[in-house]
Amino acid sequence: MSEEQIRSLEREFDAKIARDEKIEPKDWMPEKYRKTHIRQMSQHAHSEIVGMLPEGNWITRAPSLRRKVALLAKVQDEAGHGLYLYSATETLGISREEMYEQLHTGKAKYSSIFNYPTITWADMGAIGWLVDGAAIINQVPLCNTSYGPYARAMIRVCKEESFHQRQGFEIMMKLANGTPEQKEMAQDALNRWWWPSLMMLGPTDDVSVHTEQSMKWKLKRKSNDDLRQQFIDQTVPQADLIGLTVPDPDLKWNEERGSYDFGEIDWDEFWQVVKGHGPMNKERMKARVGAWERGEWVRDAAMAHAEKKQARKEKQVV
Amino acid sequence: MSAKNWPLWEIFVRSKNGLEHRHCGSLHAADSDMALENARDVYTRRNEGVSIWVVESKHITASNPENNGELFEPAQDKVYRHPTFYDLPDEVKHM
Repeated sequence: MSEEQIRSLEREFDAKIARDEKIEPKDWMPEKYRKTHIRQMSQHAHSEIVGMLPEGNWITRAPSLRRKVALLAKVQDEAGHGLYLYSATETLGISREEMYEQLHTGKAKYSSIFNYPTITWADMGAIGWLVDGAAIINQVPLCNTSYGPYARAMIRVCKEESFHQRQGFEIMMKLANGTPEQKEMAQDALNRWWWPSLMMLGPTDDVSVHTEQSMKWKLKRKSNDDLRQQFIDQTVPQADLIGLTVPDPDLKWNEERGSYDFGEIDWDEFWQVVKGHGPMNKERMKARVGAWERGEWVRDAAMAHAEKKQARKEKQVV
Repeated sequence: MSAKNWPLWEIFVRSKNGLEHRHCGSLHAADSDMALENARDVYTRRNEGVSIWVVESKHITASNPENNGELFEPAQDKVYRHPTFYDLPDEVKHM
């Protein structure tokens, strides 16, 4: 194809997205669109899969059956969300094995928030309330993204996500209204998860490299800073409501802006964790790769069994 | 690396009787029985379905968007296939 032809296809492609039409798997798309989507969607899928690990840590120790079934269902949803997203990404021509390979070798990233430890039960509350809360803010605009399979997967994900946040907030509320020790536990979890949750919404707009192109492709509808402000404005009153204190001495309602002003985020910490030096990076990858390797014989046995059954069926036909 | 990877299956779910099966996504499974079981866990955790179809993806033949012109454009100028093409007096009701 000549360069002129490609440029004309690109113009038609951009116009299609501007008209709010969806791009489907077999449609022509610029190579950069395909690559960017594979990167973002597979990272999103990896985050769901790795995101099961910090919470899986507490399933056997949930304080009641009610909490246990809810946590199990939430972790199962995350597995489901990972699968929706992996299969949507496969429509762009990358195989599942390749994506796993990228995750396991560290070539592909996942959300940095999952590299923090879950040391008390209150962390289950903080994750649902804050981490899923931040995720929802990030994900809702993606229901209208330009790539059809991604948008459809996100609609399913968003429908299921609100239970996650509500169950987390309920855990926090219960602890905050409990004994002084329980309230302290809830406060401690908020202290540890607040800043990483703000970082989760991504670097500030002045250093974020992908924003402009992603906005055009509707891979992003709002900037990181706008999303962060939205998260803070919606979460602070929720903390007030259950009597917990957001660990930011600079947090202050700004009447003029109609938003909260907030303190400086420690971006060095964020980049350290992204680069693999967070408290749990090694542990998470060890658990993930270990699960994959220990499952290999099961996958092979299932395939061998399926082939045997198929062969038997064919023999009967003859 | 596994000896052989599980093939890909397309999943169709009927949300309730009276409605058609609708494509809802895909998954990997060793065979059709496992594809059905996995589809139940992945796509119907909240009463989304009363019936599931699974089809191995390789068996689906899809039209190519490059041929959309010859496939679908001819229908565009056949306005006489629509009831509004025909002029009737206002006195004729319910037709």
